[in-house]
Amino acid sequence: MPNSRIKVPESAAAGESIEIRAMIMHPMENGFNFDSQGTTIPVHIITDFVCTYDGAEIVRVQLQPGLSANPYFSFYLTATRSGAVDFKWTDQDGTVTTNSAQLQVT
Amino acid sequence: MTDRAAPELRDGAGLDGRRNLSRRSAMLGIGGGVLLSMVALPGIAGDEDTAAAIKQLYGNREPTAGRLSLQLPALAESGNSVPLTLTVDSPMTATDRVLRASVFANRNPRPLIATVLFGPKYGTPTFGTNIRLSGTQDVIAVAEMSDHSLWSAQVRVLVTVGACDALQLRY
Amino acid sequence: MNPPGLRRLAVSVLLSVLCGLICASSSAAEGTASAAPRSGYSYLSEETRRLQDDEFANPGMLWVQKGEELWRQSTGQAAQSCQSCHGQARDSMRTVATRYPTYSPTLGRVINLEQQINRCRITRLKESALAYESEDLLALTAFISHQAKGLPVDVGVDGPAAASFARGRAFFYQRRGQLNLACANCHERYVGFRLHGETISQGQVNGFPIYRELWQTMGSTHRMFVWCNEAVRAEPYPLGSQEYVDLELFERWRARGLPIETPAVRR
Repeated sequence: MPNSRIKVPESAAAGESIEIRAMIMHPMENGFNFDSQGTTIPVHIITDFVCTYDGAEIVRVQLQPGLSANPYFSFYLTATRSGAVDFKWTDQDGTVTTNSAQLQVT
Repeated sequence: MTDRAAPELRDGAGLDGRRNLSRRSAMLGIGGGVLLSMVALPGIAGDEDTAAAIKQLYGNREPTAGRLSLQLPALAESGNSVPLTLTVDSPMTATDRVLRASVFANRNPRPLIATVLFGPKYGTPTFGTNIRLSGTQDVIAVAEMSDHSLWSAQVRVLVTVGACDALQLRY
Repeated sequence: MNPPGLRRLAVSVLLSVLCGLICASSSAAEGTASAAPRSGYSYLSEETRRLQDDEFANPGMLWVQKGEELWRQSTGQAAQSCQSCHGQARDSMRTVATRYPTYSPTLGRVINLEQQINRCRITRLKESALAYESEDLLALTAFISHQAKGLPVDVGVDGPAAASFARGRAFFYQRRGQLNLACANCHERYVGFRLHGETISQGQVNGFPIYRELWQTMGSTHRMFVWCNEAVRAEPYPLGSQEYVDLELFERWRARGLPIETPAVRR
């Protein structure tokens, strides 16, 4: 499973908007690079990212090759109740990477 | 290299401190440029392709400029990773919030860069990521609100080293 | 003007020309070997500096994070991990990156950090060596170097390391390739000048392994040397070759006093 990195605050007040950050190690091949033999490296990207919390999708990103390698996202969620913040990345070949962090809501 | 008296050198990596190239460096640069243009480059999209990409996702209605704020550096020293922040002017209530937004670059080989779908529990209407830019161009954001109105913002970014070109010659 | 006035004018003109020449040559000190070391960080745009300083979003931290996992992972025939012998990396590896490349008495030559990691894997973990530029080797090198972040580079270049240092220095000043350029031609003589849209830096290595935007991934000093050699149309040496280890030692000596910045972000 590719290396992913997430940042969720440990705790938040109910109703507070908190910043969530997520990143995954992935070359996001845009189809314009050559290898040392001159062969074009085909497009290979993560196509989908979704963050779920408290039973709902917070944000879903449909990625294209125009995003940088090791795609990074920063977004906000409204804290409602304590629970897991789940992250899921889907590669164009179907590989799924997941990560999760606990959020305490006071 | 032709030896010249060194002019006063200044710190920093900004655009200030421009110096005349030695003739040899200029010839190398021109030669390199000619060579590069003879190599098959990724296609450069035009405004028609960008307009078509917007239509494909958001329909035929013309977005209104406003309610979106796109933050990008005025000058990006590397087109491979340009930080972008999109802020939407929206109260983010159940009845009045942003549904989705897309980012386009009008000279990239593929204008569409990403589409963001905002869920009902999304917080402060700000989203950040890093994008690739093939060269100096306009970055355009289009957003659809819950009342299905369309809004847009546009920012010009100067790019020193483009994303798609540089990697063609990578070792 | 009368003759004494004319003489006075000539003297003042001559003096100002001399002052101008002295000023020009002192500001050209940046382009000589005696210039104070400057990290590549100082040549970056504000956005790239911000990215490097961001503990979370610095892309190189993905490799540091991976390295931390590998540090704790039991592997090999001995079913041990780095941690089994070295304990917590933040304590045991605190100064390692400041000292490498270093002379290895067992091998009888100067080796770099990547080679030391592989030595440990082969002899202690009974594992196979990791390939140069592999994700795992970059991760471990970045993780270990990251423990020394902020500490000044301080390699030893005397005693048994002297011969290697001399070879590395010779490499740095040796012209090579179709463009017939030595490292020093750009990274000493023309520091601060422009090469197309970019400002030429001193080519210091205090941030390696780096996340290079051009590569959209992590890279070692040797990968950088290969890139630079090919840029002047010279045949590069193999990754991990003694020539490049010698050059790396010289480069680390050039960077002495600069803080370790791993993982640095560069263009």
